[in-house]
Amino acid sequence: MTESVKNTLLFIAVGSLILLTGFTQSWNTAVLILNMGLISAIMAIGVNLQWGFAGLFNVGVMGFVALGGLAVVLVSTAPTPGAWGAGGYGIVLSLLLGAATVVAAVLVATKMPKGRVQTLTIIAVLIVGFFLYRAVFDPNVAAVEAIDPAIAGNIGGLNLPVLLAWPAGGLLAAGAAWLIGKTALGLRSDYLAIATLGIAEIIIAVMKNEDWLARGVKNVYGIPRPSPVVGYEVELQQDPAFLARAEWLGLDPVTASTLSVKLGYSLLFMLVLLALLWMAQMALKSPWGRMMRAIRDNEVAAEAMGKDVTRRHLQIFVLGSAICGIAGAMMTTLDGQLTPGTYNPLRFTFLVWVMVIVGGSGNNFGAVLGAFLIWFLWVQVEPIGLWLMSVITAGLPDGSALKSHLIDSAAHMRLFTMGLILLIVLRFSPRGLIPEK
Amino acid sequence: MDLLNALVALANFVIVPAIAYGSQLALGALGVTLIYGILRFSNFAHGDTMAFGAMIAVLVTWGLQAVGLSFGPLPTALLALPFAILGCILLVLVTDRLVYRFYREQKAKPVILVIVSMGVMFIMNGLVRFIIGPDDQKFSDGARFLISARDFKSMTGLQEGLAIKTSQGITLIVAVIAVALLFWFLNKTRTGKSMRAYSDNEDLALLSGINPERVVMITWIIVAALATTAGVLYGLDKSFKPFVYFQLLLPIFASAIVGGLGNPLGAIAGGFIIAFSEVTITYAWKKVLTYVAPENLEPSGLVQLLSTDYKFAVSFVILLIVLLFKPTGLFKGKAV
Repeated sequence: MTESVKNTLLFIAVGSLILLTGFTQSWNTAVLILNMGLISAIMAIGVNLQWGFAGLFNVGVMGFVALGGLAVVLVSTAPTPGAWGAGGYGIVLSLLLGAATVVAAVLVATKMPKGRVQTLTIIAVLIVGFFLYRAVFDPNVAAVEAIDPAIAGNIGGLNLPVLLAWPAGGLLAAGAAWLIGKTALGLRSDYLAIATLGIAEIIIAVMKNEDWLARGVKNVYGIPRPSPVVGYEVELQQDPAFLARAEWLGLDPVTASTLSVKLGYSLLFMLVLLALLWMAQMALKSPWGRMMRAIRDNEVAAEAMGKDVTRRHLQIFVLGSAICGIAGAMMTTLDGQLTPGTYNPLRFTFLVWVMVIVGGSGNNFGAVLGAFLIWFLWVQVEPIGLWLMSVITAGLPDGSALKSHLIDSAAHMRLFTMGLILLIVLRFSPRGLIPEK
Repeated sequence: MDLLNALVALANFVIVPAIAYGSQLALGALGVTLIYGILRFSNFAHGDTMAFGAMIAVLVTWGLQAVGLSFGPLPTALLALPFAILGCILLVLVTDRLVYRFYREQKAKPVILVIVSMGVMFIMNGLVRFIIGPDDQKFSDGARFLISARDFKSMTGLQEGLAIKTSQGITLIVAVIAVALLFWFLNKTRTGKSMRAYSDNEDLALLSGINPERVVMITWIIVAALATTAGVLYGLDKSFKPFVYFQLLLPIFASAIVGGLGNPLGAIAGGFIIAFSEVTITYAWKKVLTYVAPENLEPSGLVQLLSTDYKFAVSFVILLIVLLFKPTGLFKGKAV
């Protein structure tokens, strides 16, 4: 069996797992798995770019995904009336002041001669800058958050089409990645891991607490859909042409409309995935991709050949994070809401890592396959666990404490299973399902 | 008098909590640093190891409470601690045997071991949630305070009260004992010396006939004991919640790195540096400043530099500053 036949069969196998869900459970669930699988595949391509191509250990995926979500709110929702006048410009001014403080401190650090005077100047610049920033920032934030706090209280967005928010999410994540990479990429590999882990937590903390930005834990609802590709169920159910098609397919209008909306998303996501996959493949085959792998395999030798390792690392770190940002923006669009409280590193960082490693790090198709497979398992392990638990506890009397505890804890089988899969793959097939060529 | 009040307020809200938190972080960071020194990788599963140990302590405590055993004014969890340590030792030894040993024999790159520890983290996290569930569990009992704020006020006649929780006192005492035992072990016993030798220069240690598997086993035993102690103390002081232990990973790593990875003394210093900065930067200084500042100059705001939700940011920024200016940490750590 040649390589390509085996890989095709693997994809067919995962595809039929999803189809099987459609036949045995419901098509709604199947399409949901497909949609999140597509998004996960994009995240996996991003991580694969960083880890598989360049060997960068980024465990801050969650942060970039969340930034993508933030971009959706900032780009596509309607601006809150009066928010910019009340304090929006003031907040921007204060943020500029804050940035200026950091720049000034860096300038002092690089331009002034070393010594006690320099240290004291840096500290003075930072303290004065901080209090200036807080003095401008606090009243303006209070003004913005006072506007209609029950439904708004944030500055709102630019009211642009939501599809524009996807590249914007990528840009926002890329900007953050550039800042992080500038400071942390020169460091050793596990320091980068800790640094990215921390940054991701900080990004989530900012999104939870800065209510003026995207309402924090009060969440933003009603993010517009990318119409006309994705419609609204209620409108579809009143459209005679749509109802006729549904009848022809033998579906009732409610099911048909929900399916049509979800499949609209699938189509869009598929296009993005194919475009990114194509680009990643081209990058892998190009001289640039070969250089990246050369750097990954032997940094010293690559440096001796005149390659600027730190700059190349920065480049690929920014690119991979941008892809994660795009995926995050797509996910928030799919959800139709931004809920900062739901971002959890186990789900958004480490699960993506499991996808890449199980699929095959260094191989884009492997990452995509791993994403679909792992996402399918992530969704299905819970019902399987529940079934397993009810079989195990079948002999126990109803109402026994052990039985109810076991059945309740079936929901936590997910993490355990993911860890087990990761360890088994790492041990017995460390190069993944579709190994790097 | 005002100055005294300010000092008491400062002690009550900053110094006492930070010392307790710092001791917990230091114990956690010691575990991370030992693993790094001997096994040479950053153990992402450390937070969940702490959670596992603490979970056993919670379960044993409930058992002891059910049969009516108690430790007088001290929390019953202290009686449960030895059992918890044993359980945790068993878990990490089994993990090492089933998981890590394979990669050690292969001489896998450290980053592979980090990824493996990610898998272990998932499994341990799943186990803990599976056994005890993801919710908050309270298991502290005994006397709540060593000194309550009211007693302190009536004793000294000051306006400000100083409350010291039993858990805070116990944290400090247990941490001091644990650290003293650890340093005695590392510096005075033959096994401890062989561990340090192995950490300093693996090849040389092997040449001098040190059994690497034995060193690794003892390291895991010590790490499990430290992690469980840290986990139980943290749980007694705050409360037991599996996810919180996962989140402790960041300040713990920050402590270990700030102090210098692989250096036990550094881990302790790092723990207190991180704890004190987190608490001082997120504390609202209004009360203290009102006592100290002259009339009419009292601050109008809360004088809180950052809201408490940003405490992760504090440990992180300190971590970055240290890494940028002194990459091996304040005390000289390893740079593999």
